[in-house]
Amino acid sequence: MTPAIQIEQIHKSFGPLSALNNINLSIEQGEFFALLGPNGAGKSTLINLLAGLLRPTSGRLAVMGHDVVEDYRNARRCLGVVPQELVFDPFFTVREMLRFQSGYFGLGPENDPWIDEVIDNLGLTDKAHTNMRRLSGGMKRRALIAQALAHRPPVLVLDEPTAGVDVELRQLLWQFIQRLNREGMTIILTTHYLEEAETLCSRVAMLKQGEVVALDSTENLLKRVPGKKLRLKLGSASLPQSLSHLLRSQDADTFTLALNEAAEIEMVLAELRATNIRVEELQLIEPDLEDVFMEIVRA
Amino acid sequence: MRGVWTLFKKEILRFWKVSFQTVAAPVITALLYLLIFSHVLEKHVEVYPGISYTAFLIPGLMMMSLLQNSFANSSSSLIQAKVMGNIVFLLLTPLAYWEIFLAFLAAAILRGVVVGFAVWLVALFYVDLPLAHPWLILAFAVLGGALLGALGIIAGIWAEKFDQMAAFQNFIIMPLSFLSGVFYSIHSLPPVWQKLSHLNPFFYMIDGFRYGFFGSGDMDPAISLTVVGISFLLLSWLTLHLLKCGYKLRG
Repeated sequence: MTPAIQIEQIHKSFGPLSALNNINLSIEQGEFFALLGPNGAGKSTLINLLAGLLRPTSGRLAVMGHDVVEDYRNARRCLGVVPQELVFDPFFTVREMLRFQSGYFGLGPENDPWIDEVIDNLGLTDKAHTNMRRLSGGMKRRALIAQALAHRPPVLVLDEPTAGVDVELRQLLWQFIQRLNREGMTIILTTHYLEEAETLCSRVAMLKQGEVVALDSTENLLKRVPGKKLRLKLGSASLPQSLSHLLRSQDADTFTLALNEAAEIEMVLAELRATNIRVEELQLIEPDLEDVFMEIVRA
Repeated sequence: MRGVWTLFKKEILRFWKVSFQTVAAPVITALLYLLIFSHVLEKHVEVYPGISYTAFLIPGLMMMSLLQNSFANSSSSLIQAKVMGNIVFLLLTPLAYWEIFLAFLAAAILRGVVVGFAVWLVALFYVDLPLAHPWLILAFAVLGGALLGALGIIAGIWAEKFDQMAAFQNFIIMPLSFLSGVFYSIHSLPPVWQKLSHLNPFFYMIDGFRYGFFGSGDMDPAISLTVVGISFLLLSWLTLHLLKCGYKLRG
């Protein structure tokens, strides 16, 4: 099957600054894929290259097998992009704007039922006839997502869609996007909320300084960080000397220790008992994507 | 062609939704020029024999309004979309560079012609204008609107903020249109200024357009039409080139 996204040896420079360096990435159809990395890692540059907003210095990108430069018309028909910034056209209502957007892609009234479905699923029905300018931030965000979906693209890129969005909208959004993904849409997500990437995405690429530094299934990435973390709230503001090598962070009387295996808990508790320190709370934490991210970014 | 049609429709609705500002305001401005200049000069100036100064002034004002509004349509649409950031929704579409050009150009021509026509309708209350060569009037209106529409696209692509757009408008469009013979015949100017006026493409648009009404002018309308046509082709080539290479639009 043709990959949804094929990125081969992509380099992108802005003058002397190299923003992306030899990126190779293939995303299969139907994947829910996360693109992670610290600010300035090149995530948005990569998305803009896919969308044709930027042109690569060298290399090749294809969406559903269509080269984004040579065959840009078909590549763009296959791609929906939700930009990071809350941008909107202040002249039109939500429905007008969605009809225009679908018209630019060559679609006419036959696409109206889909537009209604998108409006409905994103909770925009009450606002369909409201001018974009009058929408709240959250509603504008929904309208942006609707705009990217207006031409029913098989591949959807969401560039930090939940930045500054409340819990209710986040849940509504993810339910809808997960449904689209189940129906076959390929989803590519960049986010700063690593929890979201961990719950939603089956595969993750991590970028650092314009290079892919990790590319694996979420499951395998989580296995990269050995051991677990033990969080203890103690009846003392200091930890016995014998445990200090395990300490990762401390917040007043709450200590986070890194363990290689769960069995080490017994040793920790024994040491605390020996020094007469009372354990008030105890929590064993599995490593999450944030730990993996921090480890890779720090490396 | 549905994509081009949609963009054209959007560009028309964009100005139509604020028609007080985009149609009514320029008509009022033209009407004020007409009232003031005809009041002051009607009894003192006769540019062409048998044609009153008010009648002489009206085609010039119509064309000036047409040109300025054609320019304003494409340039303001682009600069607003760039400053607001919503230009991405256009750049993400499969529309080709020449399709974007066509839609913006057609909408610019339409806005210019609507404003010019509205000035004419209002002016009918003052003077009954002859229509010596209606096809020439139409040809100059469409070509003039197209030329300024293309110039508006160039300005919209080039300007990064409203200040730069205002500079383009005030330092290029305004002087060229005011010094083009809207209010006078260039034959009344000293020889040096007459020669300089011949370098101004706005002069040919105004003079040719006026010729369409009265059947007389400062220049042979065939020459004017050729100059305007060649200027339009050159500007179109430049506009298409900028859009194709994505100058200031795609990095």
